[in-house]
Amino acid sequence: MSLLEASIMRADASAKEQTLAQPGDPAYALEARNLSVFYGSFCAVRDVTLPVRKNMITALIGPSGCGKSTLLRSFNRMNDRVPGSRVEGGVFFHGQDLYAPNMDVVDVRRRIGMVFQKPNPFPKSIYENVAFGPRINGWHGSKSQMDELVEASLRRAALWDEVKDKLKQPGTALSGGQQQRLCIARAIAVQPEVILMDEPCSALDPVATLKIEELMQTLKQDYTIVIVTHNMQQAARVSDYTAMMMMRPDRAGEMIEMDETKTIFSRPRDKRTEDYVSGRFG
Amino acid sequence: MSTLDISLQRQRARTFGENLIRIFLFAAANISVFTTAGIVLALATDTVSFFAEVPLWRYLTETQWTPLFANQKFGVWPLVTATLLTSFIAMLVAIPFGLVIAIYLSEFASPRLRATLKPLIEILAGVPTVVYGFFALIVVTPFLKQFIPQISSFNSLSAGLVMGVMIIPLVASLSEDALSAVPDALREGAFGLGATRFEVATRVVTPAALSGIAAAVVLALSRAVGETMIVAIAAGQNPQLTLDPTVPVMTMTSYIVQVSLGDTPYGSLSYKTIFAVGSTLFLLTFVMNILSFRFVRRFREVYE
Amino acid sequence: MAAEQSVKRDILSQDLEFRPSPQARRLRSFIFLILSNLAVIIALGTLIILIADVLISGTPWLNLDFLTRADSRFPNRAGIQVALVGTLYMMALTIVIALPLGVMSAIYLEEYAGKDWTTQLIEVNINNLAAVPSVIYGLLGLQLFVRWLGMGRSILAGALTMALVVLPIIIVASREAIRAVPQSFREASLALGATRWQTIWNHVLPYALPGILTGNILAASRAIGETAPLITIGALTFVPFLPRDILDRFTVLPILIFNWTSKPQREFHDIAAAGIIVLLGTLLLLNAVAVLLRAKLQKRY
Ligand SMILES: Nc1ncnc2c1ncn2[C@@H]1O[C@H](COP(=O)(O)OP(=O)(O)O)[C@@H](O)[C@H]1O
Ligand SMILES: [Mg+2]
Repeated sequence: MSLLEASIMRADASAKEQTLAQPGDPAYALEARNLSVFYGSFCAVRDVTLPVRKNMITALIGPSGCGKSTLLRSFNRMNDRVPGSRVEGGVFFHGQDLYAPNMDVVDVRRRIGMVFQKPNPFPKSIYENVAFGPRINGWHGSKSQMDELVEASLRRAALWDEVKDKLKQPGTALSGGQQQRLCIARAIAVQPEVILMDEPCSALDPVATLKIEELMQTLKQDYTIVIVTHNMQQAARVSDYTAMMMMRPDRAGEMIEMDETKTIFSRPRDKRTEDYVSGRFG
Repeated sequence: MSTLDISLQRQRARTFGENLIRIFLFAAANISVFTTAGIVLALATDTVSFFAEVPLWRYLTETQWTPLFANQKFGVWPLVTATLLTSFIAMLVAIPFGLVIAIYLSEFASPRLRATLKPLIEILAGVPTVVYGFFALIVVTPFLKQFIPQISSFNSLSAGLVMGVMIIPLVASLSEDALSAVPDALREGAFGLGATRFEVATRVVTPAALSGIAAAVVLALSRAVGETMIVAIAAGQNPQLTLDPTVPVMTMTSYIVQVSLGDTPYGSLSYKTIFAVGSTLFLLTFVMNILSFRFVRRFREVYE
Repeated sequence: MAAEQSVKRDILSQDLEFRPSPQARRLRSFIFLILSNLAVIIALGTLIILIADVLISGTPWLNLDFLTRADSRFPNRAGIQVALVGTLYMMALTIVIALPLGVMSAIYLEEYAGKDWTTQLIEVNINNLAAVPSVIYGLLGLQLFVRWLGMGRSILAGALTMALVVLPIIIVASREAIRAVPQSFREASLALGATRWQTIWNHVLPYALPGILTGNILAASRAIGETAPLITIGALTFVPFLPRDILDRFTVLPILIFNWTSKPQREFHDIAAAGIIVLLGTLLLLNAVAVLLRAKLQKRY
């Protein structure tokens, strides 16, 4: 598994001086504390405490159905959409609990953006896709500032050069990989601090996947990224930290281990993590 | 004879029977085609002989419609404008109500509430149109008279409003289907950017379902144009070229009813007028139906 | 990497000022919610007012005499018997004609038809016919049944016309019901050596029956309520005698209601309301039967 080893070495180098911080540390962009998520009476995620470091890529891995998406979607309260869902514990962002009663969901979602498994551009022009977020969130830039913002977002999403001549064309006409980068540009345009990505490459071909992975490395200079992936190599290649989740016998998902990616992939503390990352199950 | 021969014979008989059934079913399915052909033929024969006597230009350029009077005038416009006027008023009611209800049911209401409200609203479409006509004439017009004293007992306003209520379920139900067919991924994308429910509904889901909604609206308009009893009862029997919603008018459908109720002799010119008007009505609604199917197809191409 | 450089200083590097004004936006959602509730209330309120008004003016006139008397020129002697009988005739005959044709069409389209142009033609026609104004069917019936086939202004001509009106409803509902039959039913039967028709007759149709019946009851409701096509073929508005057979002249409840509504006297409006109560009652009954039947038949599977 030379590819995996190579990725580990790289992760090793980049995360050399990082040590795990304490709860409430300003180095955390986002922090789940004793978080449990329920769908009705079914507990999908139980008692997860997970710090997400600023300007780092944190990967959530684990077998399918163990609650990765559920956990990720609780980071910007997307689960509020599911009738009967609720949480216990909290998710802290700038020292505030996202689930506090006075918290405004709309603002939470602007500051914690999301990219989905299947690219989901709106059936509008490329330009309008990007401009949608700033518009609804009350950005009062002029027309030329909006042009600038759209261009900057598309550039940061490494899509500008491919679409600059066809901004008026529908976003849905792009290729899958381009659509996903458009969705990233759309998320960036509202200046989020955190970007959540739920298996963003699982519907893409290897070339498009590589592009997104490279893009993530650039993006982490400005954003904190949490990515769910079922692809071990991807987790090893792109992430700085990895959280391993498993399903308990009662089908609730729990986090069994969280560490620097290199540690998770080289000498995990938990035997199940070792089995999983080495592809022995899952 | 060997058993093989017998079974072969039986099989042949069976295949024959199966084929016969198939032919029967095919014939039954073609009733629809024959019906359309029948409509065209039934309308065309007397329409053609009508236009042999009254030139098309008179039909299209005269501004009076008095085929039953001694001084016969054959300008269809009073009937057409009356039809469009009542339909327009109906759409003024049906589109906003239908759309708002559709968006509410699809984007705001819980599944349980939707399951109760939808059939309740559908009841509106199940009430016979003659009952709506009664309602328009006996209840709505006197009610309107309190606010518009000069309104006549027969008027297009009352007929149009009531017709609009009747069509609400059509707009609501077809639009709701279109809205619900918009993939949830689009809603998630918009919510993920911090959109509110209202913004998701009006700025993402509704535009995405626009061709489906357009299909619903055009079909509703076609229904309004072809609706007969409400206007025949409540809108009046006076063919006049006006856009005033408070005076009696006569729609194309009311005219057909009026002549059918009278004792116009078969084969007379006045009798043939109802086929000319019928053809006009058929063409008008046919174009709208085709347009509606176009929109539906465009919508399906995107989301199915 | 080129992208890396361009990222350095752009508009996104500044702190963009978002004024999300969540309260104002939530208020808009809230206002919409109020508006939509209002829309539902107004729509259903109209229905309630309609029913209330009809009940108030019609109930005093509703008695056995009213149901068993023929029409009259005097409102206090008029009854709906002839029209009611005409309506029942009309409904029964329409369904007898339209049900087999509609179900056969549906079977053909779902179980036999290929994807060729004939199928396309049939489908386009059904879709279009469903949206053709009913008064146009009246003109067809007037020419085809009353004139060309010489049936006169009879119940039969009326029922044939009405059958064509409701055919698309029956076809669409039956197709849906047939489509909902699991493919495994068919395969199991065909695997046992049953012919296609045997499979349809013994397995597909029984399973699809509740849906087909519901469609037919919908069609029957329509046949009861429709007025325009029957007026157009020349059904009478004033008929004082019961029809002797299906070739006799006739009237139906909606036409009677129309006739009474069109009269200037207040009393006629009131007995029209009484007639509407009977009409709506019949429709309600029919739909209740549909719901019960459906529940009962569905339990069997
Ligand atoms: N909307 C929902 N309603 C009810 N249960 C859900 C819902 N979404 C997910 N679940 C359940 O929660 C568990 C975790 O699902 P998910 O978070 O999607 O897992 P993963 O992303 O790791 O595959 C699964 O058992 C799943 O069936
Ligand atoms: Mg998932």
